[in-house]
Amino acid sequence: MPAQESTMRLHLSGIRKEYPGCLANDDIELLVNAGETHALLGENGAGKSTLMKIIYGVIKPDAGKIVWQGEAIQMNGPAHARQLGIGMVFQHFSLFETLTVAENIALSLPADESRDMEALSERIREISTHYGMALDPDRHVHTLSVGAQQRVEIVRCLLQDIKLLILDEPTSVLTPQEVRELFRTLKTLAAEGCSILFISHKLDEVTELCNAATVLRNGRVTGRCNPQEVSSEDLARMMVGEDTPLNQNYQKAEGGETALSLNNLSFTPEDPFGVTLNNLNLKVKAGEILGIAGVAGNGQDELCALLSGEETTSPESIELLGQNIGAMSPDQRRRLGFAFVPEERLGRGAVPNMSLVENTLLSSSHRDLKANGWINYRKVREFARDIIEKYNVKCANEYAQAKSLSGGNLQKFIIGREIEQQPKLLVCSHPTWGVDIGAAILIRHALIQLRDEGAAIIVVSEDIDELYQISDRIGAICDGQLSPVKPTQDVGIETLGQWMAGQFGHDSANPSSLESAHA
Amino acid sequence: MLKLEKRQADSRLMSYVSPLIAIVLTLLAGALLFSVLGHDPLHALYTFFISPLTNAYGWTELGIKVAPLLLCAMGLTLCYRAKIWNIGAEGQFIMGALGGSMAALQFLDAESRWVLVPILISGSISGLLWGALAAWLKTRFNANEILTTIMLNYIALNALLYAVHGPLRDPAGFNFPESAMFADAALLPLFSDDYRLNISILFALFFTVVIWTVMARSWVGYQIQVLGEDAKAARYAGFNTNRLTWFALLVCGALAGLAGVAEVTGPIGQLIPHVSPGYGYAAIIVVFLGRMQPFGILLASMLLALTFMGGEMVQIEMSLPKSLTGLFQGMLLFFLLAADLLISYRIVFQPRTARA
Repeated sequence: MPAQESTMRLHLSGIRKEYPGCLANDDIELLVNAGETHALLGENGAGKSTLMKIIYGVIKPDAGKIVWQGEAIQMNGPAHARQLGIGMVFQHFSLFETLTVAENIALSLPADESRDMEALSERIREISTHYGMALDPDRHVHTLSVGAQQRVEIVRCLLQDIKLLILDEPTSVLTPQEVRELFRTLKTLAAEGCSILFISHKLDEVTELCNAATVLRNGRVTGRCNPQEVSSEDLARMMVGEDTPLNQNYQKAEGGETALSLNNLSFTPEDPFGVTLNNLNLKVKAGEILGIAGVAGNGQDELCALLSGEETTSPESIELLGQNIGAMSPDQRRRLGFAFVPEERLGRGAVPNMSLVENTLLSSSHRDLKANGWINYRKVREFARDIIEKYNVKCANEYAQAKSLSGGNLQKFIIGREIEQQPKLLVCSHPTWGVDIGAAILIRHALIQLRDEGAAIIVVSEDIDELYQISDRIGAICDGQLSPVKPTQDVGIETLGQWMAGQFGHDSANPSSLESAHA
Repeated sequence: MLKLEKRQADSRLMSYVSPLIAIVLTLLAGALLFSVLGHDPLHALYTFFISPLTNAYGWTELGIKVAPLLLCAMGLTLCYRAKIWNIGAEGQFIMGALGGSMAALQFLDAESRWVLVPILISGSISGLLWGALAAWLKTRFNANEILTTIMLNYIALNALLYAVHGPLRDPAGFNFPESAMFADAALLPLFSDDYRLNISILFALFFTVVIWTVMARSWVGYQIQVLGEDAKAARYAGFNTNRLTWFALLVCGALAGLAGVAEVTGPIGQLIPHVSPGYGYAAIIVVFLGRMQPFGILLASMLLALTFMGGEMVQIEMSLPKSLTGLFQGMLLFFLLAADLLISYRIVFQPRTARA
């Protein structure tokens, strides 16, 4: 799409960045016009974040040209980028939780602008109201919801004379309602002529918001288009390549007998930053997948640790197939038919420096792989080979170190290891997080198959699309409390969003009261 | 311009080459040191590293020193694989010597070789109990084992000094701080009357094989390795961290204690204030230099044993202080730690490019 020099805000060409053993960006061309909302699409590891960091001056490209407002420049770091009018909101916020909103913003401003805190607060109020994202400058950051913290980051960028705002997967931490508010803000900004570079892998968001897109795959540009004009299918095709099936619809299941029940489960973690679980009640049936949605850090980690036995509680508050298991160790629970796929696959689900054979043993030692304290490595090796073959794990061989596998392949291995133990209850935390689409499909398929064989499955995830796709019943967790759990087809995205924001009591709450529920 | 760059994967080759680099650098630095002291560096290095081994007697003396190093090192390997940084082999060694001596002094008139059994067992148990103290402090109070074991080393040393100056002092020993000489039956059997080498080297080799088999094949060995590599995975798998900590420290204590009692019932034959020339500390270097692998540890224990002999040799022949032993051991560890950087990093040469 050719553009006149005058409207061209940023033009990258021939950008190349190589890390040891990985070509993150290769001959990338990117063109952003004034007032354009430009999507940068791609799967995890496609090179999006690297490219953004190059634009924001965090890293220097090995080769390539950056033209800013018609002038070839050499980016000398984030301060230089800010000077030029480029702002960036990272996925992980850089805010001091113990300071107020105004203090946090003052920290990023030049000294002469931050001296007068009164005036600064006034400006923050003015700008945040103007863009429809009200902020109280005197509030301490740790009292804000995640959505509000993100607004602090955005306002911080807007205080400067901003011409290009970069947002790195901004919606991944937000509830659907908060996403909508964010989009309103971004549209106002774009209407005023600010260019926006929006990184995402969520196609519906891109279609809603953006009027230009560049698609990356394996560090190269694989397509350019206007998301308003092409279908989501086409966009997805550009992201994943020709040979991957895109979507599958699974039959919903009813489930049978209760496999797991939580009975008034409460838990106060030792970690002062952990989430206190408050009186959770839940029944999971054999032969169903129960999805638990929620924004990260609302008690998912604590719940998973309690289910797995990494944390223990009173025996009767967790009941597996009629047995009180709340106080049992992970090993004892596994003997009863429990299996667990943790969120961190390297450094919890698998030992990075150990081979796949040794990692096979990690959670399956009770399966007749040892006798009298001695390990039968021949059997372990056979089991490892079975998993590798059956789950299509790409690796040098069964003696490859876990850390040498890509995220998707390691996840296939871990899922395989847990499923092959034929569990009666499987808990998966973020099963396809950061995994390529091919592996994600295989993993979902394996979960459905296990369900059809009669296992109870709990999937904890932030990926709402995935939860809708595979869950038979769905609920949400917020601030250590569980929402009601209902059949997936009866729960609209609106309702789920409210649940994720902590509104369980009534089905029709107005979005404006969301903030109070969070605080 | 030289630049350090992270390797994609740790270099296996470099993890074996690194000890060799460390040895070469130690020799070079040693040569420099000798020449600054005004000695012919080649001759001095020859005296230090080669002349001790020019006859059979030298080799048997090496064996005497390898045995305690190997025993301590195998125990430490168990701990270090679990990332339990036990620095206390020295104290456990001393307590082994002390406990063993207390038993041996009960059998001054013994005729039967069987008295060695209770003596060796009481030495091992003394070391084990000293290790248990560190395990208890770590599992009960979460006290850092590096600090507690170092402190326990000093307590053990002072207990030894108290014993040889007080209750265990030989009444007929002209007030020298030494115990009575043990009965001949209470001494470890020698291979030959011409040399001092005793069967403690067999203990050492035996336990090297045992510990290695445990690490490579047993469930507890696997758990220890998982715990060391990735504590979160150990928790995920449901391993009992406290029990593994106890196991590693108790076994290490017992082996170091055995090394200690084998020293007093071996080449020394009585309890003296200086039972250990620092075997417990040198064993730490042995473990790292030997890459926590059995064969590597065997070779490393021979090299470290040689530094003890070399120190004595340069003192006798060149009137240089014996503390050169410690100097060489320290340089070895120092250079090893530096060279280990190359396992995860590599040096790349980057031609200076013009940059704006």
